[in-house]
Amino acid sequence: MAVILDARGLEKSFGAVTAASNINVAVEQDAVVGLIGSNGAGKTTFLNMVTGYLKPSAGTIHFEGRDITPLAPREITRLGICRSFQIPQLFNTMTVLDNLLVGVGIVAAAGSKWGARNSAYDDPVKAVDTMLDQFGLGSYRNRQAGLLPEGTRKLLDIAMAMVVRPRILLLDEPTSGVSADEKFVLMDMVMAAVKEHKVTVLFVEHDMDVVARYTDRVLAFYEGRIIADGAPATVLDDVEVRRFVIGSHAAPAGAASHA
Amino acid sequence: MKLDRTSFAILAMGAILLIAGPALPSWMVSMLNVSLCYGTVVLGMMLLMRNGIVSFGHGLYFCLGAYAAGLLDQMLKMPDMLLMVGAAVVVTGVVSAILGLLLAKYRDIFFAMLSLAFSMILYGLLVKTASLGSTDGFNVAAKTVAGFAVAPESQRLMVYSLAVVFATVSAFFLHSYLASHQGRLAGAIKDNELRVEYMGASVMRAVHRNYVISAVLAGIGGALMAVNIGHIDPEMTYWPQSGEFVFVAILSGTGSVFAPLGGALVFEAIRSFAYEYSPNTWQMVLGITMLLVMIFLPGGLWSLFTRKREG
Repeated sequence: MAVILDARGLEKSFGAVTAASNINVAVEQDAVVGLIGSNGAGKTTFLNMVTGYLKPSAGTIHFEGRDITPLAPREITRLGICRSFQIPQLFNTMTVLDNLLVGVGIVAAAGSKWGARNSAYDDPVKAVDTMLDQFGLGSYRNRQAGLLPEGTRKLLDIAMAMVVRPRILLLDEPTSGVSADEKFVLMDMVMAAVKEHKVTVLFVEHDMDVVARYTDRVLAFYEGRIIADGAPATVLDDVEVRRFVIGSHAAPAGAASHA
Repeated sequence: MKLDRTSFAILAMGAILLIAGPALPSWMVSMLNVSLCYGTVVLGMMLLMRNGIVSFGHGLYFCLGAYAAGLLDQMLKMPDMLLMVGAAVVVTGVVSAILGLLLAKYRDIFFAMLSLAFSMILYGLLVKTASLGSTDGFNVAAKTVAGFAVAPESQRLMVYSLAVVFATVSAFFLHSYLASHQGRLAGAIKDNELRVEYMGASVMRAVHRNYVISAVLAGIGGALMAVNIGHIDPEMTYWPQSGEFVFVAILSGTGSVFAPLGGALVFEAIRSFAYEYSPNTWQMVLGITMLLVMIFLPGGLWSLFTRKREG
């Protein structure tokens, strides 16, 4: 598979605090990558550097072979890297439909600059309705975004990232604040949409069940470094990861059957 | 082009006002005339407010539009009403495009105060410019419309008709713009600028564009006012004038393009009647009106209609 996102030697420090140190990640197209780590480990800093919100102190980020390190978030979004937020960033006074129509409008107004990715927006309202159904938001279509329940807000936040036709979708804790029984429902819907549009996904997550179920690769962050990188089963069983990230000294999940 | 109900209503309103013009009593023509000029300016204020921005200096463009119209008559000897409005559009468009580069970076009180500062700079310049009549200003007389001479007795009706046409076109344009993809960004910017940027649009560019549109609307209003009153002076960019536009904008609400036009008419009516019946306390009447609107109709007079529809 072709590498779609390539981060090399990323460093970021805030004063004396090192938030990212020698981060090297090459993400292949269509991969689903989980980013795990305790608070302050550098996961969100990594996302913020990829989306251009933070500029790395050193290192480069290439997207589809193009250096995007110096670009602004808006320009990076236009190239095809979109994100959702830990705290949903919605247009609270607008309806759910209008929240997504704003995105469709931006893509439509950009025209050819958005490449072939805007071709499906000939009928904006129909396109948004299809998307609302896909995300299970159809019944909220005309509700005001600011008055939605938290799980629905999360979904809308992710739909707002998807509506601008990403090639890479970055999700910052998509299931935080979502009730336990809704987590998998939410992730199932997101993953179905992602697969349909052939989008590469990187997501920050604290729930290891979610990570194990949906990712095909996991990056474990600790103190600004990546301490493990590989298949979920391998990384989640890694001794260092269990000690520093998952916070459990118990025997690895697979160990019981070997005993 | 597909027309929605509001677009039809705007065109119908324009047609009715135009046809009714000759039959209306002169006091009503005068009142409507001033209301339409004010309403056009406040359409621009409404667009800014949709972005979550309030300008305390829109007198700047009101005055620039008026002076552009006046100078066309005074200096270039081209007293044509259409050319005057055209000159106002060009001048306010150019000035706002330049000032907007700076203003589009600011929000809230900083935007309000900076816009006020610019309007007061123009006031200072005009007051010190003797060739433009300094504090007295000068008279403006529009004698032709698109090259055709207007008889003095039909001058008043012509000015009124022109105000109706320009207010209608402005409202029609603004309504279409607000319903467009670009226009929808205004509400999005008011709600969440971060998300707009992360959806790939430039907030600054959008605010700049809306600022220029709102300035041009104020310029049109100013030019119409100049030919309507027949006299212009620096008071048009003095801060109470800008404050009055804010007043009307809040009184009107931002729910529809009808709000500023209707709000301006209500404002003019209250002011005229208050001035007539209580000449010493007319400001108090306006103040109490504002107080009542803010307490009972925080969404402006327009919310009377939306409430009814929801109820």
